Amino acid sequence: MNTTHLEDIYLDNNATTMVDPAVFEEMKPYFCEQFGNPSSLHSFGNKVGFALKRARKQIQDLLGAEHDSEIIFTSCGTESDSTAILSALKAQPERKEIITTLVEHPAVLTLCEYLETEGYTVHKLEVDSKGRLDLDKYRSLLSDKVAVVSVMWANNESGTIFPIEEMAQLAAEQGIMFHTDAVQAVGKIPINLKDSAISMLSLSGHKLHAPKGIGVLYLRRGVRYRPLLRGGHQERGRRAGTENAPAIVGLGKACELAAEHMAFENTQVKAMRDRLEQGILAAVPNCFVTGDPDNRLPNTASIAFEYIEGEAILLLLNKVGIAASSGSACTSGSLEPSHVMRAMGIPYTAAHGTVRFSFSRYNTMAEVERVIKEVPPIVAKLRKLSPYWGENGPVENPGEAFAPVYA
Amino acid sequence: MWDYSEKVQEHFYNPKNAGAVEGANGVGDVGSISCGDALRLTLKVEPETEVILDAGFQTFGCGSAIASSSALTEMIKGLTLDEALKISNQDIADYLDGLPPEKMHCSVMGREALQAAVANYRGEVWEDDHEEGALVCKCFAVDQVMIEDTIRANNLHTVEEVTNYTKAGGGCSSCHEGIENILTRVLAEKGETFVAGVAAVAKPATAKAPEVPKLGTLARIRKIETVLDSIRPALQADNGDVELVDVDGKNIYVHLTGACTGCQMAAMTLGGIQQRLIEELGEFVKVIPASKEALVSMEG
Ligand SMILES: Cc1ncc(COP(=O)(O)O)c(C=O)c1O
Repeated sequence: MNTTHLEDIYLDNNATTMVDPAVFEEMKPYFCEQFGNPSSLHSFGNKVGFALKRARKQIQDLLGAEHDSEIIFTSCGTESDSTAILSALKAQPERKEIITTLVEHPAVLTLCEYLETEGYTVHKLEVDSKGRLDLDKYRSLLSDKVAVVSVMWANNESGTIFPIEEMAQLAAEQGIMFHTDAVQAVGKIPINLKDSAISMLSLSGHKLHAPKGIGVLYLRRGVRYRPLLRGGHQERGRRAGTENAPAIVGLGKACELAAEHMAFENTQVKAMRDRLEQGILAAVPNCFVTGDPDNRLPNTASIAFEYIEGEAILLLLNKVGIAASSGSACTSGSLEPSHVMRAMGIPYTAAHGTVRFSFSRYNTMAEVERVIKEVPPIVAKLRKLSPYWGENGPVENPGEAFAPVYA
Repeated sequence: MWDYSEKVQEHFYNPKNAGAVEGANGVGDVGSISCGDALRLTLKVEPETEVILDAGFQTFGCGSAIASSSALTEMIKGLTLDEALKISNQDIADYLDGLPPEKMHCSVMGREALQAAVANYRGEVWEDDHEEGALVCKCFAVDQVMIEDTIRANNLHTVEEVTNYTKAGGGCSSCHEGIENILTRVLAEKGETFVAGVAAVAKPATAKAPEVPKLGTLARIRKIETVLDSIRPALQADNGDVELVDVDGKNIYVHLTGACTGCQMAAMTLGGIQQRLIEELGEFVKVIPASKEALVSMEG
């Protein structure tokens, strides 16, 4: 299935994915042939309306939504997140509290931090060392002051899955809106919205082999809503702006393919991920898997390599043609390591050395074996440079042996 | 990820002087594990002459931290301690053909390790006055702590003042929201409230605060020429060259020739030249590629 360059190995699918060639094929006519505005009557756009309708249906099917009108197209996952949270606040001005978690994507966290400065109270649920939430604590926060709960379905860094259906049910029992950022979950694990109490859900095309710049906000029928963008009548007035027709058509196809590959993702892709973790842990001392091993996306491996720094690992991996990513501060330009790793209480000396390998159906077992071969010497090379590492292992009492001045 | 220069990559992939020096008599440990960069520098100093006979590093950090450490050890070997102490963090960055603004702190760490190791050799205690916060202004690499301290020390009240004192916000201006937030917080400490100035909307170019360059026009152009001259040898080594075409306020038009044109590195080269010019001129400038033909039409 591999159509990209044979030698380079792409294991950064939680960052973004390759557009499936079949998706690309579906999109092509909507650039130079059927480029008309779907709202127009003439022949340049008369097929577009149907194509959008079909795409909506394909997405509805993957999500198990009751109505196709519950699908609102947006420009990305971030827009869907912002729209959902701001809508809940606007629609219920008397409610001034938000419940979320410490480990959300910045698309939610940064917005919530901004809303705090606007006078809202944001409760950020903590996680334990495996990245799990305390549901008792969650229950205790639910009240009629809460406008919306926004909790991600699966974490982009560790892959940990939260009990979203149960949490949505608890919120619904108290009449509280529930939004989930399912950007990493959609297409990787089965979802059935009609049997859930979820009010709103965000997804993003480029995480499931559709192009970048297309997202969806699922809005359950009857949930009170205030648009972010007002203007034209598109999306029934809920999101104005001329539809990104080619991308919508592509997303529809990508959702159809994701549904077809759901079993493959949870067996074959999972087997590759498991083999990678087992192979690396067996060959490299002082490293461990982060997140909840019992509740994880099938495609995500997050491994913390102690006493070395993630960006350095990525640069050396890149040199041998392996693409992965890291929660290290240095890759993002911030000074703090990943907020997700810190929330799980992972010490700095390991948090900075966390590398995420995220798979897709395009990876192969042969690639996994090559990565297992390449990783140990890279880790060894960097540890040789590390002040925490001795001849054959960490120096005794690493925290004391090396305690730099402004630590 | 980052636009690392060839030199940075070279020192990262094949670091020089890795590991602790045997028989070291000066050790400097600096850095911050929470920030993900820390360095131990070991020196072997000849007591009579104070010449650094050997230097080694051990670094926990990213690509540019390792490259800066490697560069530092190469630069100081053979120097006397006093000579070595003259090396600034900018010298380390220059030795590496520049570092991205987010990574300049790696060169600062190198310089501090050197000071700490020399202090250790001399039996002194090195006082670090290092404080570092999240990077706010990416155009001029100014961090939060620097902005906060400057606001407090000079009783600043507006973004414009912050820009005048620190350069922060003087480039692309996308960090102005961040600077306003810092002002709000710091002013609140004194019980004052931040009021956005009258300039809540960008002023039209004509009504702009007088943009007098610090240097006279001629002196400024001479300075630009000098900077280009200093870059030229590096370009010529790669069979390329650079020529000044025109200067129009903040816009500096240059002509890249030879191997530099059209190649992937052109953008990087321009970025590097711009960075150097900004540093040398002490003002924000934009380096724009221009062809010889453009020069003709511009003059015509
Ligand atoms: C969990 C999560 N939410 C939101 C986003 C943002 O999606 P987009 O890039 O489409 O705005 C991402 C992608 O990085 C993500 O992983």
